[in-house]
Amino acid sequence: MENINTEEIKSLIQKWKGKDGNLVMILHEIQNRYGYVPRPVSLEVSKETGIPLARIYEVITFYNYFELCPPAKHTISVCMGTACYLKGAPELLEEIETLLHVQEGQSTEDGQFHVNVVRCLGCCGLAPVVSIDGKIFGKVKKSEIMEILSRYTHEENNVKV
Amino acid sequence: MTKVVQAQINGILIRVPEGTTILEAAKQVQIKIPVLCKHPDLPPEASCGICIVRIKGTNKMLRACCTPVENGMEIITHDPEIIEIRRTVIELILSNHPNDCLKCQRNNDCELQRLTADFGIHSESFPTFLRDIPKDYSTNAIDLDPVKCILCGRCVHVCQNQQNVWALSFLERGMQTRISPAGDIQLADSPCVRCGQCAAHCPTGAIVEKDDTGIVWNALQNKEKYCVVQMAPAVRASIGETFGQIGVNYTKKLYALLRRLGFKAVFDTSFGADITIMEEASEFEERLLKQTRPLPLITSCCPSWVDFMEKFHTDMIENFSSCKSPHEIIGVLSKTYYAEKFKIDPSKIFMVSIMPCTSKKYEIQRSSEMFASGFQDIDAVLCTRELGRMIKQAGIDFENLPEEQADSILGEYSGAGVIFGSTGGVMEAALRTAHYLITGRELEHVEFESVRGLERVKETEVEIDGMKIRVAIAHGLSSVEYVLEKIRQAKLNNTEIPYHLVEVMACPGGCVGGGGQPYMVTDELRVKRAKALYSDDKDKEIRFSHQNPYIKRLYEEYLGKPLGEKSERLLHTTYVPQPLYRK
Ligand code: SF4
Ligand code: SF4
Ligand code: SF4
Ligand code: FES
Repeated sequence: MENINTEEIKSLIQKWKGKDGNLVMILHEIQNRYGYVPRPVSLEVSKETGIPLARIYEVITFYNYFELCPPAKHTISVCMGTACYLKGAPELLEEIETLLHVQEGQSTEDGQFHVNVVRCLGCCGLAPVVSIDGKIFGKVKKSEIMEILSRYTHEENNVKV
Repeated sequence: MTKVVQAQINGILIRVPEGTTILEAAKQVQIKIPVLCKHPDLPPEASCGICIVRIKGTNKMLRACCTPVENGMEIITHDPEIIEIRRTVIELILSNHPNDCLKCQRNNDCELQRLTADFGIHSESFPTFLRDIPKDYSTNAIDLDPVKCILCGRCVHVCQNQQNVWALSFLERGMQTRISPAGDIQLADSPCVRCGQCAAHCPTGAIVEKDDTGIVWNALQNKEKYCVVQMAPAVRASIGETFGQIGVNYTKKLYALLRRLGFKAVFDTSFGADITIMEEASEFEERLLKQTRPLPLITSCCPSWVDFMEKFHTDMIENFSSCKSPHEIIGVLSKTYYAEKFKIDPSKIFMVSIMPCTSKKYEIQRSSEMFASGFQDIDAVLCTRELGRMIKQAGIDFENLPEEQADSILGEYSGAGVIFGSTGGVMEAALRTAHYLITGRELEHVEFESVRGLERVKETEVEIDGMKIRVAIAHGLSSVEYVLEKIRQAKLNNTEIPYHLVEVMACPGGCVGGGGQPYMVTDELRVKRAKALYSDDKDKEIRFSHQNPYIKRLYEEYLGKPLGEKSERLLHTTYVPQPLYRK
């Protein structure tokens, strides 16, 4: 995790002090700065503002915009457009979920992969389609998933697939 | 004078003070509108929608719990459509609720179950969808099963507003909404002070006291164990509610009951309160006359308050009385004084406390000082509600039991000891004895009316030997802020201290309103429970802790003197700052 800069947080709080909706604005800036709202930062905000941590988390979890975990290194999108769906996308998703021990919409514990489902990637001719970080893999078979994922894990060499 | 508004409910004319809700007004015409999220002790959450009523001649449906009666309103509380809507509200809740009633701690005492029965719902109308949220058994005081939560919001309100602890919150929204401490951590890692107020207000089995009845039944069966028991002041004033008796003092029947359950000796925590007073009043006298440590002296007999202070107000540690809570004192003395006197192996003694309190379940392992006898001083704590269940399990006809006495040497209490269960009681008991310690004379008028009652902060002045002693009493943790801030400001500006003596109880009303007490508490009920204790005091021949002959004997035979070496070792404790969040 990145180092938390206490001074930076203090000046941020100072900036929004006494303004309406300041908690949301503070969290907004933190989300932009770190890509998520790290817990130590929330604790710091709570300490500095006197707003209970519970309140801060109520706000963070109410809006989809805020994230509590760092963004994953790689984003896997499984297309569930009609063509992909009919050609076996659900099976691919299941395979990915099993191999990575995650549910769709979640990230792996080590922060390597985020798995989500998308409507249509616009290349139905290649169905079923999976994309990783924007790179398209077409006509994917369930048996190939392991190999595709391992290209990304091998470069890190620290993900067990 | 408040304005009066006039309206009709089901065609019957009513006149109520302006601001009266439809729910309240309906009682005037013998109508009970069903409620689920509304608790009589709390402001309306208006989250469930079961209390809807119709305004005649319109399509308007209003929530009775939060809508004030307006002039000229024609309110219909029941018609086939209203009943159908209410039924649907329940059915929708049930579609997200496990069918666990038979194995639920709230079985037969659950507001959702009662409504389901009232509305005659016998089958599932909607497909069931249960959320997958882990249980939380981390506090050793209350158990959370968020799957049983119907999102009424009572616990969140209580924890955040009434107690100002902010351990619980609603996370996310829509289908994902759940009660949880910030960031889905466990309660034990959160600021939770285990007061159990959330559990006492929850309509379902989503938050309940940790059930220790099994442990106690096992101990009672174990031939190796010598089971002894004590009960707190507040229990005697509320256990009757289990059988529909309100404000009745059941002290002597409880003694009989506890013996019939199999306990070999029955002690009274009120006697422990007498000891607390001996120690605390001596501490006060020392601080006042010898300036040994700073004033005000703040009471420490409520473990949730202690926990709260260790987390939120660590600058007050030096002001805290080091005296343990009364039941811990009885605990340690049962395994030392009593054991020695009656030649019982203390390792065999199994000491149970019957308390109005969930926090005491956690307190018994709070620090190494709770093992001052060389063993865990208290082995198990049962709340009033758990005792109620045990009475039923044992099939005892409680109300018709004979009256018995407590076991002496740890059982005979003074009037001062028994009022500990009400807000202001500790203060009053302490003042009675402090007066004697400071002046050498007894008070003529023993009752301090000004420290009684349910006002959330009580400030008053008492004269002892020409000295004006300023005192403050707060109950419900959100009320302490005002008192502490005054002390803090005086410390900061080096001005005269605002108080000499401060009493705090975490639960509104003090222990009579404790988190382990029977459900559906209101201020009206708190007053009735407290009254039962005050009349017990009034009926007592001895109303001062220091006059209690068993107290004198205890110090002569065993402890020496208050704040003496032995007392310090057995009856006192220390406080350390705790982090708000452990994760
Ligand atoms: S026990 Fe008290 S502090 Fe803990 S969650 Fe419940 S209400 Fe809040
Ligand atoms: S836990 Fe109980 S009191 Fe809290 S919101 Fe859920 S049902 Fe209501
Ligand atoms: S006020 Fe009494 S019942 Fe409530 S937490 Fe304190 S000791 Fe327990
Ligand atoms: S009881 Fe009125 S909305 Fe729930």
